Amino acid sequence: MFSLATLLYLSALLFSIGTYGVLARRNILVVLMSLELMLNAVNIAIVSFGRAHALTAFSGEHGGQIFTLMVLAVAAAEAAIGLSLLLVIWRRWKSIDLRQLCQLNG
Amino acid sequence: MDIHLLWIPLLPFLGFVFNGLLGRRIGTRAVSAIACGLPIISFLISYRAWRHVVDVGSPQHWDGFPWIWIDGLVEIPFSLHFDGLAAVMCLVITGVGSIIHLYSIGYMRGDPGYHRYFAYLNLFMTFMLLLVLGDNLLLMFIGWEGVGLCSYLLIGFWYEDDANCAAGRKAFIMNRIGDFAFLLGIFLCLTHFGTLAMSALTDVNQIQTVAAQTLTIPLLGSVGLVTTIVVLLFIGATGKSAQIPLYVWLPDAMAGPTPVSALIHAATMVTSGVYLCCRLMPLFQAAPAALTLIAGIGACTALLAALIAFGQNDIKKVLAYSTVSQLGYMFFAIGVGAFSAAFFHVVTHAFFKALLFLGSGSVIHAMHHQQDMRKMGGLRKQLPFTHITFLVGTLAIAGVPPLAGFFSKDEILFAGFEQGFLGGSGAAMLFWGISFLTAGMTAFYMIRCVAMTFWGESRIDPDLEGKVHEPGGWIGLSLLVLAIASALGGFLNVPEFLGGHASLGHFTGLQQGHEGLTEQALHALHAAEWQSMILSLLIAGSGLLLAFHCYGKGKDLRRRFIESGPGQLLGRLSANKFYVDEFYNSVFVRPFETISHLMFILIDRILIDGILVSGTALLTRNVGHLFRKMQTGFIPGYLLTFACGVLVLLFMLLNFLRQGGAQ
Repeated sequence: MFSLATLLYLSALLFSIGTYGVLARRNILVVLMSLELMLNAVNIAIVSFGRAHALTAFSGEHGGQIFTLMVLAVAAAEAAIGLSLLLVIWRRWKSIDLRQLCQLNG
Repeated sequence: MDIHLLWIPLLPFLGFVFNGLLGRRIGTRAVSAIACGLPIISFLISYRAWRHVVDVGSPQHWDGFPWIWIDGLVEIPFSLHFDGLAAVMCLVITGVGSIIHLYSIGYMRGDPGYHRYFAYLNLFMTFMLLLVLGDNLLLMFIGWEGVGLCSYLLIGFWYEDDANCAAGRKAFIMNRIGDFAFLLGIFLCLTHFGTLAMSALTDVNQIQTVAAQTLTIPLLGSVGLVTTIVVLLFIGATGKSAQIPLYVWLPDAMAGPTPVSALIHAATMVTSGVYLCCRLMPLFQAAPAALTLIAGIGACTALLAALIAFGQNDIKKVLAYSTVSQLGYMFFAIGVGAFSAAFFHVVTHAFFKALLFLGSGSVIHAMHHQQDMRKMGGLRKQLPFTHITFLVGTLAIAGVPPLAGFFSKDEILFAGFEQGFLGGSGAAMLFWGISFLTAGMTAFYMIRCVAMTFWGESRIDPDLEGKVHEPGGWIGLSLLVLAIASALGGFLNVPEFLGGHASLGHFTGLQQGHEGLTEQALHALHAAEWQSMILSLLIAGSGLLLAFHCYGKGKDLRRRFIESGPGQLLGRLSANKFYVDEFYNSVFVRPFETISHLMFILIDRILIDGILVSGTALLTRNVGHLFRKMQTGFIPGYLLTFACGVLVLLFMLLNFLRQGGAQ
């Protein structure tokens, strides 16, 4: 089995990739996907911690997994809202390029 | 503990509250009943209290309740005092006041502000009675300010006309100047007497202790304390009682309804300055230098106002200047130490001047608000009753025996005569001369007023011809009562040399007794009184005869005088009121306006509007301009900032945890 450190490295890698995607890409769809990536990186970290500390943590054996389920639910809701916003933006501007969405500049 | 004294001022106040709040709803009949009924009840209570004072011989007093107090420093109760002086004043105020209220029912009929008018009038009665009854200077001051307020409200009663409002403001501001000095006087009394109670301020021993002290005033050097107090109080009186230099508001105050002029600006309020002097007689007597000043101002005011009265064509203006002139007489009497004569003149003046004003009101009412005497003339036929009563008032003010004015004016002139010639005081002699001349002038200009209004040929507008008729009812009744009072009022205080007892003077405690004099000295005094009386009869008689002649057969004489050089000059000066208003305008009003305008530009426009208000807005706007560029609207940019922020926070957190772990 993988050690906790290895799993955390994986999680950090995924999180960094996600962050890069959110910051650097122009396509909103890709940004949303990167966001999911960041969330899942966090999930991995939580599950790993959950397993490593299962016997000592106050949350008991399944604490980490329950947290992850929670995050998944939130992520699903976020994806639903994000995608519907995306649809509206597309209908309004016929574009999903983030750089063009700067009508609120000062 | 005579608590019923409280009802005297309280009843008119209830009338004010009731009419002021509900007057519009309850109809004119109820308004008049309340407004006139309550002062009449006040009059009856005053009458009973007066009877009590006469029977028992001691003043009545209501201790009231503590009003303002700081332990060990100030203690001012709300208490009322009803002695002889206050009794007579109360009777005059409620008596003449009630008559004028009744008169107003006829005069103000149909006015849209009917209930408002009566509410103000009742409020005025309240404050005037408080002024008279108040047992300390501060309570008196409340009344003093209150009557000023009512005067302002009633002068500007017909507020649609700007001129009326301006007249009201002028009266108020002029009074404020005097009131300021009055207030300073009150403060001085408080610091040096330690109390404001009338009993302390009129206590000879206390006055002597205070009189020994002096006060250092910049520019004037060291001045006696009592003199300072008296002069300050007197300046207050010049405002309220229309003396030089603050008299100019009174003629303008004629903008109000005529019964108001009769009640406030002739019979009661304007005499409160004289009342103040009489109330504090021992204090005033302790300041001879101030008394000389008072005599001088009084005599000069009497002369100046009489001179101006010659050139006025508005019937109410003539009466207004005659009021100023008569008030000057009263102060002249105070100045020469004849407090009793001054107060007597207050009473008789209340009768005949109220009568004259109500008579002029009757004329104005009949003439449909025409006040210019040049457009009257010959009204004797249309208004016979008004004419007779007006003539009674005129002869009373001119000093024809045995009408009221004769006795009081004679007493005043004698007081001047006594101090000037028997006492050998040069200043008093001069002031007596001025007052003596004025007595003749009074007779002349009053006859001129009667002649222009009632005698000669009619100069009435053809439109009004035939419409002029005698106002009956309440107006006629009021005139009748006041005419009787003016005719007989003088017998209140017949001097001893004419076989009387000077009863008013003794009752009010103002008359100085002759007990210390020997038979021979008393005889000499009476001889001097006869001389003085004959002199004043001569001057009044010659004034009357000259006026009869000038406005009767001797028209040529009048024309020749008017066309001569000095006549022209005097006529122009008189018609223009000696340019005093113009003088005040250019010396006080215009510079004040200029400074105000400058302040407006500097402080208001530049400092407040420009720097503080617009400046703040400009600052916010510019700073906003600076920072608004941060709001790019470029979402990845925001996200980057956000990420950087998170990194920084994370770094700080870790740092903190590491240090915490070390502990």
